[in-house]
Amino acid sequence: MSRADLPRSVRRTYSHAFYLPAGILFAVLFIAPTILAFYFSLTRWTLFDAEFIGLDNFSQFLREPALTNGMRNTLIYAVVTSGLKVIIGLLLAVLLTSSIRFRTLLRSIIFFPVLVSTVAVGITFAVLMHPSKGLINRALELIGIDGPSWLTDPGIALLSVAFVDVWKGVGIAMVIFIAGILSIPEEYLDAVRLEGGFWAKLRHVIIPLSRNATFTVILLSFIGGLRTFDLIWTMTRGGPGFTTDVIASTIYKQYQAGFYGLATAGNVLVFIVVIIIVYPMMRFFSRREIEL
Amino acid sequence: MKKRRRIRENLSGVVALAIASVVFVIPFLFMVVTAGKDRAEASRLELSLPTEWHLQANIEQVMATGRDLMLTALRNSLILTVASVALIVLLSAMVGFVLQRRRDRTGSAVAALMLAGLILPPALVPTIFMLQWLGLFKTLLGLILVETMLLMPFAVLIFRTFMTAIPRELDEAAIIDGAGPLRLFFKVILPLLRPAMITVIVVSSIAVYNDFVNPLYFLPGNGNATVQLTLYEFQSQFSTKWNLLFADVLLITIPPMIMFIFFQRQLVSGLTAGAVKG
Repeated sequence: MSRADLPRSVRRTYSHAFYLPAGILFAVLFIAPTILAFYFSLTRWTLFDAEFIGLDNFSQFLREPALTNGMRNTLIYAVVTSGLKVIIGLLLAVLLTSSIRFRTLLRSIIFFPVLVSTVAVGITFAVLMHPSKGLINRALELIGIDGPSWLTDPGIALLSVAFVDVWKGVGIAMVIFIAGILSIPEEYLDAVRLEGGFWAKLRHVIIPLSRNATFTVILLSFIGGLRTFDLIWTMTRGGPGFTTDVIASTIYKQYQAGFYGLATAGNVLVFIVVIIIVYPMMRFFSRREIEL
Repeated sequence: MKKRRRIRENLSGVVALAIASVVFVIPFLFMVVTAGKDRAEASRLELSLPTEWHLQANIEQVMATGRDLMLTALRNSLILTVASVALIVLLSAMVGFVLQRRRDRTGSAVAALMLAGLILPPALVPTIFMLQWLGLFKTLLGLILVETMLLMPFAVLIFRTFMTAIPRELDEAAIIDGAGPLRLFFKVILPLLRPAMITVIVVSSIAVYNDFVNPLYFLPGNGNATVQLTLYEFQSQFSTKWNLLFADVLLITIPPMIMFIFFQRQLVSGLTAGAVKG
């Protein structure tokens, strides 16, 4: 085979036809709905006919307290869960890459909830968080603390759900950090082992050198946090009142009530939020990566 | 000095294990004991062994609820998971193969699209519109296609990365031997992608099986649910029968548990893919 006809053979062998089945599926179930969403968000829509009403849906979304609340809660939820996952995940990873006993067993125990369905976890914790009979408040009672009504007190309900989210998801953060820490060359760790203690190792070696892992954890959990639905829906259904509604649960409620245009406007708002927040984050992270 | 360090490692290991057990194991223990109790005992929501185990009776009662609802759900979830995973593997391996081998403009567009698929939330109601247009709304096939589409970006990422480990010389040798594109892919490349395939199978089967949002939107209506939807339905239906609710929870948690026991390594490698540059 001569060099000159390689491109043609490449074209023939690695044919674009391999993209075709996946491409059709993506076009029909991802690209088309995404584009249609922008149109239908401007309509009063019943699935069968759509009446154009301009930006009414959006102004309603930004005006009604029940709906703006969802936006605020989503952001709080995403920030709290991704922040806690980074901190706890990193500490667990540092602990479980040291020479501690039962290392493998501990990793498995912490990782396991990742695989259990979110609905099952939500149901279980809704029971554990029962204000009077729940296991959590009973345990607190034993040490003399009067536990709060985790899921019915409007002031903390959202944080309680976020806490369960962290409980379920911190295993992923942990294994990502473990992979990051294990890829740090041994010499760097040896260097600080002589110089300083644990904090020096954490501050000057582990944190800066597992930066990729940190970015991945932040991105994954932030995107997950913006989309969160299952836990909220099984634990509180957005209540009490609308205090734990997030965008995804408002969208579902509007959809159930038959306001398809309004539900789709909510969807478009999530697109916009994701693009405004996540895209610059990715750009920033990938730039920092090159500097490393 | 050395001895003291060993003691410290043992001691901190024991402490860590105790804390992890309280935080991570007790919720599961609670699930199991509640699923084994009778109705009155379960309603006290205590962490105690049942005075008498009723696990089998509870599971039988769950299975008998609502005209074979549970049996249908188990069958639906099985079909959904197997079919989606098969499609995910086949379609994504094809994309990953060409995407890694052929650098061109189409490739960049495909890569950008996959990235968008990873990040952007799906437009739910317009997807219903498309499914209805295809006549696939409220059908298992429609849901299978949606799940396939949603997990493809992740699977393509895994396959593309793994393709870099398969030398191009192998392709060239096969071509010289007279293999066409299809034979090259199915006979040479696909068998070599096996490790990546196992990762994709394990991760996506758990994701599809555990999925709740998409069945909720695209397979609504009673009688034709997936297992996750039964859990949700039982939550309101069994609100005072905790033993039955948790028998269902337990039943549904068994498949991922089995996956976990046999494929923990692949799960971890799949979920950390991309975290460390590679």
